[in-house]
Amino acid sequence: MKNTLKNAAAVVALSATAFGAQAGTLEDVKARGELNCVVTTGVAGFGAPDDSGKWAGFDVDFCRAVAAAVLGDGEKVNFVPTTGKTRFTVLNSGEGDILFRNTTETMSRDADLKMTFLPVNYYDGQGFMIPSALGVTSAKDLDGASICIQTGTTTELNLADYFRTNGISYEPVPVETNAEAQTNYLGGRCDVFTTDASGLASTRASFEKPGEHIILPEIISKEPLGGAVRHGDDQWADIGKWVVNAIIAAEELGVTQDNIEEMGKAAGDNPSVNRLLGTEGDFGSMIGLDAKWAYRAIAAGGNYGEIFDRNIGPDTAIGLERGLNAQWKDGGILYAAPIR
Amino acid sequence: MSIGTAVDNKSSVPARRNFVSRLWNDKETRSVIIQIIALALMFAFFASLINNAVQNLDRSFSYEFLGQPANYDINQTLIEYDSRSSHLRAMYVGIINTLLVAFCGIVLATVLGFILGVLRLSKNWLTNKIAYVYIEYVRNVPLLLHILLLHGILVHSLPRPKNALNVADGAFLTNRGLFMPKPLPEPIMWAVIGLFIAGILFAFLFRRWAKKVQDETGKIYPVFWISVAAIVVVPVIAFFILGKPVAWDTPELKGFNFRGGMVVRPEFMALWFALSLYTAAFIGEIVRAGILAVSHGQTEASMALGISRGRTLNLVVIPQALRVIVPPLASQYLNITKNSSLALAIGYMDVTATIGGISLNQTGRAIECMLIVMGLYLLFSLLISTFMNWYNNRIKLVER
Repeated sequence: MKNTLKNAAAVVALSATAFGAQAGTLEDVKARGELNCVVTTGVAGFGAPDDSGKWAGFDVDFCRAVAAAVLGDGEKVNFVPTTGKTRFTVLNSGEGDILFRNTTETMSRDADLKMTFLPVNYYDGQGFMIPSALGVTSAKDLDGASICIQTGTTTELNLADYFRTNGISYEPVPVETNAEAQTNYLGGRCDVFTTDASGLASTRASFEKPGEHIILPEIISKEPLGGAVRHGDDQWADIGKWVVNAIIAAEELGVTQDNIEEMGKAAGDNPSVNRLLGTEGDFGSMIGLDAKWAYRAIAAGGNYGEIFDRNIGPDTAIGLERGLNAQWKDGGILYAAPIR
Repeated sequence: MSIGTAVDNKSSVPARRNFVSRLWNDKETRSVIIQIIALALMFAFFASLINNAVQNLDRSFSYEFLGQPANYDINQTLIEYDSRSSHLRAMYVGIINTLLVAFCGIVLATVLGFILGVLRLSKNWLTNKIAYVYIEYVRNVPLLLHILLLHGILVHSLPRPKNALNVADGAFLTNRGLFMPKPLPEPIMWAVIGLFIAGILFAFLFRRWAKKVQDETGKIYPVFWISVAAIVVVPVIAFFILGKPVAWDTPELKGFNFRGGMVVRPEFMALWFALSLYTAAFIGEIVRAGILAVSHGQTEASMALGISRGRTLNLVVIPQALRVIVPPLASQYLNITKNSSLALAIGYMDVTATIGGISLNQTGRAIECMLIVMGLYLLFSLLISTFMNWYNNRIKLVER
């Protein structure tokens, strides 16, 4: 029996090393030569494969920026599509290195699910979309309505709270994916579709007749959307955090995809720009990267404004205004911590 | 150690140094040793998997969340539930919804399956071929597609509440479901319900008594018709004599939806029909096999004895066919129950969608929730198996 126990112990030890928890995500990513980025299964404008099958979108550009900072190439990303349900497990299990997936930062996700959230990259809130023909102008008039709602999201809880607070009733019609929500909503199974306002805009843009649907003025929740990494690797969390900060700061400092080569050649008059682009000081080494980390991250997809305008801005089909997501100098609340 | 000494006694020859090799050379002992090692390795393997999962997930394993408020709403609740109820309560709602659709599915699939099986044996070429084509089409397309198709048809082809089809007095068919009046029994109604239960009891006892009389004297009573009278006719008459002691809560169109009454939602209908239609195709084939398994000579022999066609079927063919039908039928019932978890695809709030879906999402306790759901399905399946085994034992050939 002793032998058997020894054997058993050996098997346990072997499998522990075989599946073993990894210590340094940065080393793993470098060794792999590819960043595993957890994204959505498809939300137009935020993360979806385009016509040629290449992933594109607001969140996707953040993945690429991190890959560029770490691996020197924004194309070295392996996108891991997840549903609202699987996203945290995929990240926790080590299948993904970093998550950019319209994910609301909440206390329980941070503390209980052991996520470390990166700075918010999109300030959102939950809204309602309804066919304009129904003549409803306020969410308070929705008593008795059937409401399509994506399960596994914070919106589900906000909805229950909102209707409870206002003492009105509704029939929840749970749906698993955005596509299913559209079918149910357009088929008339539900009167209203609720999710983050950005998601509503994205969904409406894909309708045949977007003009026949309105988004009600009530925004019933705060949804600070941001990237996340798993607890326990502070260096990796710092990399994610400062890449996002760098992209936001780049817009504030006027660094764009076009002028970055010029500005990054040599130290200029603005010390903030110099520190950002690595022409002065070596901030990269503090997070285990080289001095040009932010330069590469910005060069990959541009600054925050460029990423926004290209994917979800007023000129795209999604047509979102900057709103809260404008720089703090322009009346928004986007406020990157300084790199110094 | 007892094995060791037993071996010692058998082979009295040389020394103790060969103890291990002697153990190994004994066929029986060796097989025991190998089994112990295999079992230990298996445990070690699963222990390492669980340990690995717990370590990688980096958080404790806890079921405390079950007592906390669920914070979400569920549309179909047969027991009292609101968003302040606990996750545990949400789980109960889910369990009831699963059992409801599984039960309805089993009943409808069995009825349809027996009809299909008989049609498949029909000598009428057209009927036979229609049943054949139906069975081959249905069972060769994945169930999930049937569910999605049916749900799509219900949602897209039925009218919206404003143009509801008034299918019967107070009943409306819309793409939000079938709205029906809800009976609100007055106190005296319980007398009728009591009569109904008494009728079932009476039919049961009467059947026993009639069988005893038949065994002793050969006299045959019309058991079926007397049972029907006791169970259905008497309560119905009592219902009318007592002046229809039921108030009806009829649904009315108010605002977006019908209010009041009760509703069968399209999600339930789609899942129920799809499960039943799909499984009925399999049951049809099982029934056909069962009937074909009874040799035709038996029927002929029975007829030769002058027993009528109906009684031949009831007393000779069906009892023997059931012996072939019941075991595979049990596994179809298990399939219905397990396949009902596909409810997730159309948002029917079964146990997979509540505790294994939304609760899982909101609490992030994936492993804990999945263990609960797996345990529940295991329990349902074992219960059905136990029942079917009991039934199978009851009808199996009594050997003397």
